[in-house]
Amino acid sequence: MANKQEINPRIAYGEALLDLARSNRNIIALDADLCASTQSVQIENNLPEQFCEMGISEANMVSTAAGLSLCGKIPFVHSFAVFVVGRSFDQIRQGVCLPNLNVKIVGSSAGLSDFGDGATHQSFEDIALMRVLPNMTVLAPVDAVEVQKVVRAAAAIEGPVYIRLNRNDMQIVTGPATQFEVGKPLLLSEGRDVSICVNGITASMGLAASELLDKHGVSARVVNFSTIKPLDEVAVRSALAGTRAVVTVEEHSVIGGLGSAILECMSEAPLPTVRIGITDRYGQSAHDYGQLLQHYGLTAEAIVSAVMKVA
Amino acid sequence: MKRRRVVDNDLLNYLKEKARSVRLGVIDALGVGNRGHLGGSMSCADIVAALYFYKMRRSSDKVNDPNRDRFIMSKGHSVLAQYAALAEAGFFDKDVLSTTKSLGSILQGHPERTTPGVEANTGSLGQGLSIGVGMALAGKADDRDYRIYVILGDGELAEGQVWEAAMAASHYTLDNLTAIVDMNGIQAMGKTRDRYSIQNISGRFAAFGWKTFEIDGHDMADIIEALDAAASARGLPSAIIARTIKGKGVNFAENKHTYHNNLLTAEDRANAIASVMSM
Repeated sequence: MANKQEINPRIAYGEALLDLARSNRNIIALDADLCASTQSVQIENNLPEQFCEMGISEANMVSTAAGLSLCGKIPFVHSFAVFVVGRSFDQIRQGVCLPNLNVKIVGSSAGLSDFGDGATHQSFEDIALMRVLPNMTVLAPVDAVEVQKVVRAAAAIEGPVYIRLNRNDMQIVTGPATQFEVGKPLLLSEGRDVSICVNGITASMGLAASELLDKHGVSARVVNFSTIKPLDEVAVRSALAGTRAVVTVEEHSVIGGLGSAILECMSEAPLPTVRIGITDRYGQSAHDYGQLLQHYGLTAEAIVSAVMKVA
Repeated sequence: MKRRRVVDNDLLNYLKEKARSVRLGVIDALGVGNRGHLGGSMSCADIVAALYFYKMRRSSDKVNDPNRDRFIMSKGHSVLAQYAALAEAGFFDKDVLSTTKSLGSILQGHPERTTPGVEANTGSLGQGLSIGVGMALAGKADDRDYRIYVILGDGELAEGQVWEAAMAASHYTLDNLTAIVDMNGIQAMGKTRDRYSIQNISGRFAAFGWKTFEIDGHDMADIIEALDAAASARGLPSAIIARTIKGKGVNFAENKHTYHNNLLTAEDRANAIASVMSM
């Protein structure tokens, strides 16, 4: 890759939300005592009347957001992914998704990205839980550039949206002109033999794997999925068309996440598929994010091995 | 010193008749042979009638008026009382009550916003007060003077989220929010004090920074006075703790947990109507 610049997506998220909130006074940011981490602090610092500290009470925060939405506000609810989804699942289901309310749930520090805090703070289940809810849109921006487009797209949707954010610097793989469209996969690198399906932090791994695979004489296509739901099935099949096999790579459980969503799209015309992700287990602490990704098998090398098996 | 306001007798009689209509509507919504939540709907019927026909600023013509007062039945299983009040107030035809819980009906087993006049989805207990907090915050942000009323059950207070909401309401000094606890003392499996004791409800709300009132939830004058006093409280949310009787008005069902979620036979139905008419 020529451009391996890394930028923090949550800083970009806070900037994007602030930008949006300046032009729309109905946007309200809520947080459960983690606004510095989630970067909703940018709203608190600059537009304090559009920020609500909700204390360490995620369930109340989500239902409060439902009430705000019922009175015309556009609430963005923030916490770590593991808490805002896990502690508030019932509130999201009953109070937000069932009545199809215009509430945005922002799950920050998702996946392994809160590496030091360990299993309690790491989230491999959030996409599965949010994806199963009718009316919910599930978005996981691939880099700090795309975050801005994702925030705008989420605000433009009149209904619930879950946005999954990584805590750490991520390689920039899109440009300002790259189009983001909800439901559509994005081709990151062309290839003929095998499709590598990625999102979030795994995009850079997929691109690195594709370069390594070239040396093995395998042409790998890298397709990014910043939308996990709703997926445009025709667009997904078309993005994978012509390749013989698929490898999905996600910083999430292999149960119920991106790999599952893609397999569902291909169920009528399946291709041999290998899913790489967290294999039905919990996380743990490490001093370094990369070390943890490696431990759980999320590396370019692991993708290369998987591709070689199915290619 | 407490000053007891003289409540106009005509108003009291008017509201008592409205409460009777609500109770009859509950019996209509329950129908014959279908399970439904009679007990909790009857215990809050007087409060619901006072809200819809005395206290709340609302109109069936302008259902989405941004300045309307909002009502949330947090103990969503008692929605039959709300359906009856909405029908009585003209939000939909009274004939619709008999379709309650039938396939495709606008009147679901628990409140959904697809019903005209229903402001929030509830049914999973403990969430309504938080939704009310959000509405109250929005009212403050928009400088609108509407009020939010939330009815909770005493059994429901075991849900921790209620107390999260109580903290939030007091932190944000939401004096536009009133919680009303329908303290009928009975939850699904028996008497609340035996099953899972929740004592000193008023003291608990007071400790969370709320102004509190304790009333007889079947005394219309008491209800009116408390609602008026709550509406004039400034700088803090208010909680009305209403002592009530589960099944109130249906003599064979009063104070029986077996009528939390029950069915009526045709004979029961006739007896229930006769009982309500003799109130």
